[in-house]
Amino acid sequence: MSQTPLVRQHERAQLGILVGPAAFYLLLFFVIPLGIVLVYSFLTRGAYGQLVWEFTLQNYVRVIDPLYLSILWRSILIAGANTLLCLIFAYPFAYTIARMESARLRGLLLILVMVPFWTNFLVRTYAWRVILGTDGPINGLLLSLGLISEPLPLIFNDGAVMVGLVYGYLPFMALPLYAAIDRIDFSLVEAANDLYADGRAAFMRVVLPLSMPGVLAGSILVFIPSLGAFVTPDLLGGSKTVMIGNLIQGQFLTARDWPFGSAFSMLLMLAVLAATLINLRRGGRAL
Amino acid sequence: MSALTAPAPTAPAPTAPPAPRLRRPRSLTERLLTGNLWLVFFFFYAPILMLVIFSFNSGRFVSQWEGFSLRWYITLFNNEAIGLALRNSLIVAGVSTVISTVLATLVAVGMERYNFRGKGTLDGVLYLPIIIPDIAMAVMLLLFFVQAGQVLGLIGGRFSLGLTTVILAHVAFNISFVTVTVRARLADFDRSLEEAARDLYANEWATFRYVTLPLIWPGILAGALLAFTISLDDFVITFFTGGPGSTTLPLRIYSMVKTGITPEINALSTLMLGASMALVLVSLLLQRKQ
Repeated sequence: MSQTPLVRQHERAQLGILVGPAAFYLLLFFVIPLGIVLVYSFLTRGAYGQLVWEFTLQNYVRVIDPLYLSILWRSILIAGANTLLCLIFAYPFAYTIARMESARLRGLLLILVMVPFWTNFLVRTYAWRVILGTDGPINGLLLSLGLISEPLPLIFNDGAVMVGLVYGYLPFMALPLYAAIDRIDFSLVEAANDLYADGRAAFMRVVLPLSMPGVLAGSILVFIPSLGAFVTPDLLGGSKTVMIGNLIQGQFLTARDWPFGSAFSMLLMLAVLAATLINLRRGGRAL
Repeated sequence: MSALTAPAPTAPAPTAPPAPRLRRPRSLTERLLTGNLWLVFFFFYAPILMLVIFSFNSGRFVSQWEGFSLRWYITLFNNEAIGLALRNSLIVAGVSTVISTVLATLVAVGMERYNFRGKGTLDGVLYLPIIIPDIAMAVMLLLFFVQAGQVLGLIGGRFSLGLTTVILAHVAFNISFVTVTVRARLADFDRSLEEAARDLYANEWATFRYVTLPLIWPGILAGALLAFTISLDDFVITFFTGGPGSTTLPLRIYSMVKTGITPEINALSTLMLGASMALVLVSLLLQRKQ
């Protein structure tokens, strides 16, 4: 279809009105800020925390410092362990719901998965601070039963952070898994049984491979936010449970070493992008 | 976050009950699966129920029940800082939702309708705020606002971190969430309806106003609701981009928890739980009507 210049001009104006405002907004409040962080990550911090316009790679080199490397490593471990725990509990959970016969019951159970997560994230983390606290219900119960003579140190350690993270991210694992398992054609399992596969073999060789997209999507949805977690380790972790998020926060709000904090958040973003691209390449859904 | 919308359960085929399930008694595997189901639901609900129950406790501690009382609700209502934080939260969520919904709806329609240079890049930029961690986005915006403040200072303007910067930051991430939601709705939109309107001599504005908009309205509403919820829930980005006068409810709770646990937070949590449930129920009912 050939268009007259007038029509094309008109379309261009319309496109400008539709796409222009959001594109401009994101340029100003996302792309430029991203550029600033990138530039900052190559600058030098002065003796009093001020910014010195001197190009350096030092901020990235410092990441290899054993202290920071151990924080990076521990964050990856905690996020990985969280992903694994979520998978262990969410897989059978999603499977059980997906295999229920009543569609109404399945719908109801799915809504029940989401209801607790309509509450504020901070409130949910706070709840665990109360439960695990020295004068919380668990210690209270154990004390009154006489099983322990003084409160157990349940909070302000890695274990508490793990509980908080699993609680925060379990639905992000359960829902993609449910969607993937629900799509499986279970007559394939019957076919496998006819070919003398026992329940275990049929699961390992039919159901599990077919549900892999859900496993991958869920793992990414859990791993990424828990890698950048800030509130959970801050409220439930001890002084030793520092994760990347807390480190970045400290560099910005306490240590005032903005270039180093910028370098660390650039690395965090790169890690997240890499994980997302792997998911997309493996044929996972965007979200 | 869009993962938290339930996939629609498919209706079971109207066949006889499958034989294998009836043939043998419940196996160990089945019992373990059911056990896990209950365990996970217990894990989901126990903390929340505990907060609700103990918000009515007259005592200070959550380990023992000392009798029913509305004491903590009364303290809460007399707490001016909380009232102020609630007001800030509603302002930030409300204003950022309106701005981001308008911008996102326009860009979603534009992206769906036209091919243009840089569309792929814009797509990527729209997608990024959803996937990068809060803390990275927070840091970015903090540096940007500080820089902007310095630049404006040079030309004699004044500018500091506060409600305005928080709202600007919230719009920046909300645009993405609303765009994704509206585009999902536009994807199964029948363009021939717009053409039919044109054939009936509707001009472009009339077509948009009376055909396109009503059809994508549920998507816009869902997107706005999502933006409002995410905005109300946000802690990290508000924490970095706010100032002394812009404490929102999550920030207030954070500092209360940091300084020591008070049962007032239980009462506040219960009220917030009730409010968000009401909000979600309304949205579910709205969707059902469609």
